Amino acid sequence: MAVVPKFVGERIKRREDPRLITGTGQYVDDVRLPGMLTALVLRSPYAHAKINSIKLDAAQKVPGVVAVLCGDDLKDKVGSVPCVAPAEHVPYHPVLAQGKVRFVGEGVAVAVASDAYIAQDALDQIEVDYDPLEAVTDPEQALEAGAPILHDEFKTNSVTLASVPNPAVDEAMNKADKVIRFRIHNQRLAPVPMEPRGVVARWEPGYKQLTIWSSTQIPHLMRSQVADMLKLGENKIHVIAPEVGGGFGAKLNVYAEEALISHLAITLKRPVKWIERRRENLSGTTHGRDQIVYLEIAANKDGEVLALKGRFICDMGAYLQLLTPAIPGFSGLMMTGCYKIPALAFDQQMVFTNKMATDAYRGAGRPEAAFIAERTMEAVASEFNLDPADVRRKNFIAKASFPAPTAGGLVYDSGDYELTLNKALDQIDYNKTRAEQAAAAKEGRYIGIGIASYVEICGIGPSALLPPKLKGGGWESCTVRIEPDGKVTVLTGVSPHGQGQETTFAQIVADELGIDIDDVTVVHGDTALVPYGIGTFGSRGTTVGGPALMMSVGKLQAKMKRIASTMMEVPPEQLEFRNRTIAMASDASKSIALQTVIEAAYGYKTVIEGVEPGLDATSFYEPSACTFPFGTHVAVVEVDSQTGQVKFLRYVAVDDCGKVISPLLVEGQIQGGIAQGIAQALYEEVKYDEGGQLLSATLMDYAVPKANMLPHYELLSTVTPSPVNSLGVKGVGEAGTIGATPCAYNAVLDALKRLGIRDLDMPLKPETIWRAIRDAKKA
Amino acid sequence: MLLNLTINGEQRSDNVDPRMLLVHYIRDIANLTGTHVGCETSICGACTVLINGSAVKSCTILAVQADGTKITTIEGMAEGDRLHPLQEGFWEEHGLQCGYCTPGMIMTAADLLARNSNPTEAEIREALEGNLCRCTGYQHIVKAIQFAAAKMRTSKAA
Amino acid sequence: MFPASFEYHRVSSVKDALALLSQFGDEAKILAGGHSLLPMMKLRLAQPAHLVDIGAVHELAQIQEQGGRILIGGLATHHSVETSSIVKAKLPILAECAALIGDIQVRNRGTIGGSLAHADPAADYPAAALALEAEMTLENPGGKRKVKAADFFLDLLTTAVQAGEILTQVSFAALGAGTGGVYLKHRHPASGFATVGVAAVVTLKGTNFDKVRVGITGLGAKAFRASSVEKALAGKASDAIAAAASHAADGVDATSDTYASGEFRAELARVYTRRALEQAVARVKA
Repeated sequence: MAVVPKFVGERIKRREDPRLITGTGQYVDDVRLPGMLTALVLRSPYAHAKINSIKLDAAQKVPGVVAVLCGDDLKDKVGSVPCVAPAEHVPYHPVLAQGKVRFVGEGVAVAVASDAYIAQDALDQIEVDYDPLEAVTDPEQALEAGAPILHDEFKTNSVTLASVPNPAVDEAMNKADKVIRFRIHNQRLAPVPMEPRGVVARWEPGYKQLTIWSSTQIPHLMRSQVADMLKLGENKIHVIAPEVGGGFGAKLNVYAEEALISHLAITLKRPVKWIERRRENLSGTTHGRDQIVYLEIAANKDGEVLALKGRFICDMGAYLQLLTPAIPGFSGLMMTGCYKIPALAFDQQMVFTNKMATDAYRGAGRPEAAFIAERTMEAVASEFNLDPADVRRKNFIAKASFPAPTAGGLVYDSGDYELTLNKALDQIDYNKTRAEQAAAAKEGRYIGIGIASYVEICGIGPSALLPPKLKGGGWESCTVRIEPDGKVTVLTGVSPHGQGQETTFAQIVADELGIDIDDVTVVHGDTALVPYGIGTFGSRGTTVGGPALMMSVGKLQAKMKRIASTMMEVPPEQLEFRNRTIAMASDASKSIALQTVIEAAYGYKTVIEGVEPGLDATSFYEPSACTFPFGTHVAVVEVDSQTGQVKFLRYVAVDDCGKVISPLLVEGQIQGGIAQGIAQALYEEVKYDEGGQLLSATLMDYAVPKANMLPHYELLSTVTPSPVNSLGVKGVGEAGTIGATPCAYNAVLDALKRLGIRDLDMPLKPETIWRAIRDAKKA
Repeated sequence: MLLNLTINGEQRSDNVDPRMLLVHYIRDIANLTGTHVGCETSICGACTVLINGSAVKSCTILAVQADGTKITTIEGMAEGDRLHPLQEGFWEEHGLQCGYCTPGMIMTAADLLARNSNPTEAEIREALEGNLCRCTGYQHIVKAIQFAAAKMRTSKAA
Repeated sequence: MFPASFEYHRVSSVKDALALLSQFGDEAKILAGGHSLLPMMKLRLAQPAHLVDIGAVHELAQIQEQGGRILIGGLATHHSVETSSIVKAKLPILAECAALIGDIQVRNRGTIGGSLAHADPAADYPAAALALEAEMTLENPGGKRKVKAADFFLDLLTTAVQAGEILTQVSFAALGAGTGGVYLKHRHPASGFATVGVAAVVTLKGTNFDKVRVGITGLGAKAFRASSVEKALAGKASDAIAAAASHAADGVDATSDTYASGEFRAELARVYTRRALEQAVARVKA
C-alpha cells in the first residue's frame, strides 16, 4: 500500500464539493416529504401601524388552502421570539404581529396550502385593516422627546445604555496636542446569503417527535430556544441543518418562522415547508452594523494616539433578535485596534426604531471597531501631515509585548502587526506607488492608496463571555469514532455552511492517525447524530471546534496506543501513528497495523484485558481565551472625478490567522471576506425612508457586488501561531471583511485628500464622491 | 396544459399549470433540485439552466414557454462519473463555498465558453454580470472557468 | 415569485395573436421573451387574464438587410442582435448597445420588441433607437403602421403601441460613410439598468458635424432625443462638444432614486453625452 501523505497545510480539494457541483446536495428547499404543505407569510407594508382587524375567511376558502392564521390565533400557543443578550428593555416579540406592526416586513398572517402558488392566492385574499402610526427610523431622532414610541410599556425607545467610563481619557484629552472629533456611521447592511432562509417541519404524532430542517448556523442552540417557545422537551425536537447556502451571521439566530412552521406542522399533522423569498430576506432577516459613533481622538504631533473616546448610538430595530444588543460591545472593546492606545472610554446607547432588527453580520461589531481604529490613524496622519503608514508604525503594539493587555480590557494572544504592514507595502511597492500617485495628480487624475491594519477577536471563547440565556457556552463538542472497518466518523458540534470543515477536520484526523483522508467522514448539523454543539459563527469553527476534535482524537490515540503497547510489548509513550500503523518512534520497522489494533479494540479478534471496548470518544473543549487574527490590507484606486466612479488598480492583503490547516480554504475565506468588506465601503446600504418604507427590498436595489465590481486580490500571509489552542489557529472567517472596509474607504479618501476631503459617509457611491469633489472645488 | 420537452436527454411529457415558472417545473415536477432560486427579480442567476444550449434564468420563463426545447441543468453536465471540465474547475480551484450559486455559475460559464474558448479575466467577470456569489469574492470562480477553458481547448485540440 | 392564474394562448402567426388581442381587449397581454412582463407577474403587479405567447412566430425573430435598411423582427433577442453579422457590420452601435443590456441570460431571452414596447425608463435600446432614428412597425387587425422612434416613446412605460397592436419590426438605416456611433451607459450597480445611457451617432463633413443624433435613456420618465445638444453642434467642429453636451439634460425632469438623485443623473447625462460624442467622432476619424 502506498505511503499515506501528510494533509495538514496542503492544498486539498474540498470534500464537500462533489455533491455541490453536481446539484445533488440537499438544501432545505430540496427536502421532499409525503403530504408536505407550503406556507407563505403575509408581511406588513407599514413601518408602524395599529392592526384593527384581519379578515381571513376569503383566504381560507381558496381551493387548496389548508389553513390561514394570524397572530391572535397563536397567543399563548407559541412563545416570544427570543433575545438572550442582556438589555434593560426586551420586548415581547410575537411570531406573527399582535395588535401592532413595528417594521415593514413583520409577519402578520400565514397561509398554508398545497403549493406556493395557491398559498399566494390565499395571501391576496387576506384583508388587514391598519391604522398607520407615525414611524421613526433615525435612531438619534428616536431618542428625542415626542418621538413615536415603539413599545408603549417602556415609555422610551432606549433599549439599554452601556457605559465604560475612564477618567484617564479626559486627562489625555487635556494633555494632547490635539483632540480630533468626527462622526462615523457604519451603515446598515443586509447579509444576503444566496440561499434565503427556509424551514421544513414534520410532526410524528405517534412518537410526539418534531423534526425541523432549517437553514441555520446553530442547530442545537436553535433547538433549545424553539423547545422553549413551543413548550416541548429538547429531546422531542430533532433539528437538521442540511446544506446551508451561506449564513454570514444572519442564520446565527432563532426566527419566528422556525417556531411558527413547527406549530403549523404539529397542529395540521402534516409536514409544512416555508421558503423565504428574497424580498422577505431583505426586509425580515436580520441586518448588520448601523452604528453611529461620535469619536474623539487625543493625539500628539508625532502621531502618537493617547486616548479614544466614543459615544455610540446603535440602531437595534423594532425588536431584539437573538444577540441584537450584544453586538455593539465588540465595537467598543476592539476600537483601539492594533494600537497601544493607553486609554479608552465609550458609551453605547441602543435604540428601538421602526426597522428590522440588527444582529450579527460577518464581523459582528469588529468591522465597526476596525473602521474606527483605521479612521483614527488616517485622521491623525492628515491632521499632522504624517505618512499614514508611519502613524500606524508609531502606534502598533510591538511584537515583544504579547500577550498584550489592551485599553479595552482584553489580552491579545500573539501578533506581529508591523510585519504584515511592511509585507503589504513591499508588495505594493509603496514608495513607487506614492510617486505614481503624485505624477498622476499632476495630470489631474485622482489615485489613492488605502491602508488598513486590523486585529479582530475570534474563537469566542470562554463560556463566561456568552449570555446564560443562550443555554450554551463558548465551548465546542466533537465525537470521533473509529468504525470497526477502520473508517473514521467525526461528529462535530460546529455547523459549517461553506467554511469547509468536512475537509479541514478530515485533514487533521488523517494526519493524527496516519490514515488517508478518504477514510474520514465529517458529519455536522444534525442534533440526533452529533453531541450538543454551539455552531459556526465568529470564526470559531476550526478555532474552537478544532481543539475539541484534537481532544477526542487524543483520547482514541491514547487508547489505541495502550492496546498496541500490550500487543507489541512496548511502552505506549514510545509509540506513534504513522502510515496506517502504530510504530515505535525510534524504530519504524517495529510496528503494528492500525487495523489490527482497531479490531482488538472492538474485541473481535483479540481481547485486551482491562480496556473498555469500542473506539468512540466525545470531548467538550472550553477555550481558555480568545484568539486575535490580524493583518494589513492595501488598495490602490483611481477615482473618476467627473462621475465619481471608483476603479481598483491593486488590492493586496496580508493576513495572519495563525497556523493554516488548509491554505486553499483560507484563501477562499479571505477573498469572500474582502468582497463583503469592499461592498460596505462602496456599494451596499439598507435604506429606509423617513416613513419607514424599505427602499432596498430587492436585489434590483440592494447592490450585492458582482464579479466585475471587485478587484483581483493579491494574497500574502504571515504565520503567528496562537498560544491559546493546541492547533495554533486563530480563525479566518471574518478577517477579510474587517480589513477590507477601512482599506477601500481609506484608498478613496486618499485619492481625494488633495481636495481637502476628509470624511464621507459609506457607501462611497459615485454620487457621494462626485458631490464631495464638486463642493470641494467650489470652496 | 401538456408540456413536452427534453431535460438532460430525457424526454418528458407533463401536465402543468400555465402559470408555473420553469424553475418550479424543473425542481418540483422533474425533481431536479440542483437548480436553485435565490431572488425574485432575475438578478442572482442561481436558477440558470441551458435552453437549447443558451443560458437563461429559469425563474423568468414559464414552463410552457419551454415546450419543445432541450434543457440542460447542472445534473446533466457530467457524463456518468466523468465531471464536466467546469465542474472539475470549480472543484480544483475552490470555486465554491456554500455551493448555492454554483450550479447557476456553471451553466452561465458553459454558455460563455461555447462563445469564447479563451476568455480573459475581465471577460469572465463581465460574463458573470448575471450571477451573484456571496461567499467566494469571485476570484476562484474566475480561475475555475479559466481552468475549464484550458482543459476544453486541450481536449478539442487533441 | 408566484404569478396569478391566467389563460395561456400559444399562437403561430401575428394574425392569430391580433385576433386574440381584439377578442380579449385589456385582459390580454402579449408574451414575447417575457423578460419585461414576467417580473411584473411574479410580483403580481401584472395579472393579465390572458397571455398570448408569440414566441413561436419564428419569422418575427429574423434580422435582415433590405434596400439599405436593417430590419429586425420584434422577437429578435438581444443576443441575436449583439452577434448578428449584419448588425455588427452596418449598425455596430446597436450591437454594442445590445451587448450592454442586462446579462448573458437576459440577452439570450429578452427581445428588442419586448424591450421597446415596455419602454422601461432605464432600458438601453430606446436610446439607440432614438439616435439611429429607428422606425417601428406596429400591426393591428386593420393592417400595419409605422412610427418613428421620436414619436414612439410617450411617457413612463407608455409608447405609441395602441391596445390591440403588436410591435413586429424595428427598422434602421445602415450607418453610412462618415458616420460613427457609440453607446455608453452608467450601469446601476444592482439592477444593471442604465442609470443614464447615451447613444450618440454623428456624421462628419470634413472636420465639422453634418448630422448629430443623441438619444438619452435613464434620465427621465422616458428616453428622449437631446435636441438642444444636437442643435448646438450643427455645423460645428468637435471642439464644440463640451459646451453642447452641457445641454444634455435641459428641460428634463430628472428621476431620483436611492442610487442617484436627479441632479447627479443630469450630470451623468452631460458627462456621458460629451464622452459618447467624443468617442463617436474618434470612430469616424479612425
